[in-house]
Amino acid sequence: MSAITQTSIMEGRSGTFGRLSDFFWRNPKILLFLMLAPPLLWLGIIYLGSLFALLLQSFFSIDEFSGLINYEFTLATYRQLLIPSNFDIILRTVVMAALVTLAAAVIAFPIAYYAARYAKGKWKALFYLGVMLPLWSSYLVKVYAWKLILAKEGILTWVFARLHLTWLLDAWLSLPIVGGNSLSISYTGTFIVFVYVWLPFMILPVQAALERVPGNLIEASADLGGHPAQTFRHVLFPLALPGIIAGSIFTFSLTLGDYIIPQIIGSSRLFIGQAVYAQQGTAGNIPLAAAFTVVPIVIMGFYLWMAKKQGAFDAL
Amino acid sequence: MTTAVLFDKVSRHFGPVRAVDGVDLAVVEGEFFAMLGPSGSGKTTCLRLMAGFEQPTGGHIEIFGETAEGVPPYRRNVNTVFQDYALFPHLSILENVAYGLMVKGVGREERLKAAENALAMVKLPGYGTRRPGQLSGGQRQRVALARALVNRPRVLLLDEPLGALDLKLREQMQEELKTLQKSLGITFVFVTHDQGEALSMADRIAVFNDGRIQQLGTPEEVYKRPQTRFVADFVGSSNVLAPAFVESLGYPARYASLRPEALSLGDGTGSVTGDRKRVTGTVVATGFLGAANRVTVEAGCGTRIAAMVPASQALPEQGSGVTLSFAARDLHLMDEAA
Repeated sequence: MSAITQTSIMEGRSGTFGRLSDFFWRNPKILLFLMLAPPLLWLGIIYLGSLFALLLQSFFSIDEFSGLINYEFTLATYRQLLIPSNFDIILRTVVMAALVTLAAAVIAFPIAYYAARYAKGKWKALFYLGVMLPLWSSYLVKVYAWKLILAKEGILTWVFARLHLTWLLDAWLSLPIVGGNSLSISYTGTFIVFVYVWLPFMILPVQAALERVPGNLIEASADLGGHPAQTFRHVLFPLALPGIIAGSIFTFSLTLGDYIIPQIIGSSRLFIGQAVYAQQGTAGNIPLAAAFTVVPIVIMGFYLWMAKKQGAFDAL
Repeated sequence: MTTAVLFDKVSRHFGPVRAVDGVDLAVVEGEFFAMLGPSGSGKTTCLRLMAGFEQPTGGHIEIFGETAEGVPPYRRNVNTVFQDYALFPHLSILENVAYGLMVKGVGREERLKAAENALAMVKLPGYGTRRPGQLSGGQRQRVALARALVNRPRVLLLDEPLGALDLKLREQMQEELKTLQKSLGITFVFVTHDQGEALSMADRIAVFNDGRIQQLGTPEEVYKRPQTRFVADFVGSSNVLAPAFVESLGYPARYASLRPEALSLGDGTGSVTGDRKRVTGTVVATGFLGAANRVTVEAGCGTRIAAMVPASQALPEQGSGVTLSFAARDLHLMDEAA
């Protein structure tokens, strides 16, 4: 009995570390405070502070003659958002974001469902790799790659020609609004690239939500007479909804704020992100840029409020 | 007598694993049928085959005379009470109970009324507005029962429904289930690994092991006349005696079962009358069980015999010599040979 001592209370670790461990063990709140203080300061001052500064800017206006900012509170800048050329930008962006979100959800659901319910071991790893891999490469590289795919002399045109479906592509491009000279300079192209780039942000939360749905709930629904479509409508979808909402927050807000994709792929008509970029840069109209930036924040707030009201988070 | 569920040489193999292997059984309409066995014995797979969650890899299944292979669960008039209840967490208790009627297109008023009645039947009236998360295990169990019964199924399948409840609640639910089954007249198929539960509730018991039925009969038959060593041991922990030992007692050389409660303990003196048999040995262990005590006796040739002795009788010392006597007819010879 040499190595094992017979004391019932062992001596503490000597030195500063030993005293510090004992101190934190007795005062866990101090440790929590020390751990949380830096990130909270970062979030509070740098992030929320700049957001507040932005909000403040949006209530100022610009003097049209001198181009100088008039530091007086006014709603004039917000009124400017409502003039047709600006309102069109907002409408265009919101409709695009909504369509991208819807398409991403529809495409993501079956993939997420497969990964959550059926994929095991190797296949699950392959799923994560497949979903995450596009996120590892540069965003710009992907967007320019898509420009080549969608261009008039691009791969897609070639594929359509090979399938003798050029007429279909031409018919689509001749449609108003969604069409254009080629896919790479049409809303259709912008839409395709948006969906591609944001898809992982939809798949992962939906997959996480579906993974938490116990398999026996699906069996219980079938057992009680629910056809597969009814089981989807009444059990699977409501339980996956928090995940779909989480994913849609990503796809919706990322589309609302993006200014590179519509600039590289799309018609020359502006989206909110481009408007912000143009207003704070060349135009030097910081208040209007700030007011444009507030739009997505308000829309997201409204969207989340509606989702909560509709009971989207009841299953959480 | 109508057959509610018929299994004709039904097998369900998962690759090399024979979860269910050539099972024949016929559940009679209106009876309380228990499938008893240890975990992995195939009893739950049999239940899932009846519900339609699994499809047999061999054999034939009929539900009330109609072929059930290839029929999805939602087209079977059979409902299940799941082991962990499987209540829908996003729906209220009332919506949970009304779910089956909702998907069948019953009007809102009518189905909520039926759900209220079903909740009253399981003694949970007025709980409809709560969520499953707000209920205790026992209450959830009742909701699961109400949700299944509201559909008036022709067969109710229960997958270890009392497994998660504490002893007191379990005994209470056993009685209630039995009463409910008698009053509704619905065929119950009940899966359990608890032999006491099966013996006390069921009209007939199928004892499962390794994907096969070891014995099918009334509780009394299964308990008193086990056909295999497995059944003797699993149902009521009987003493299974080896053929050589049985022969030494003056019986044919076959495996035999001897119930612990059929044995009485003596101190080695006194005589036994003709219709009683006697075994001598030394006490190797004693255990206090409350109502009765267990004495394990080493009776030579490695044969260990457990006896239940009344609590009023003094427990012998470990290592002391004792005699165990039993009525000759209490030793049950099994069909299983060496």
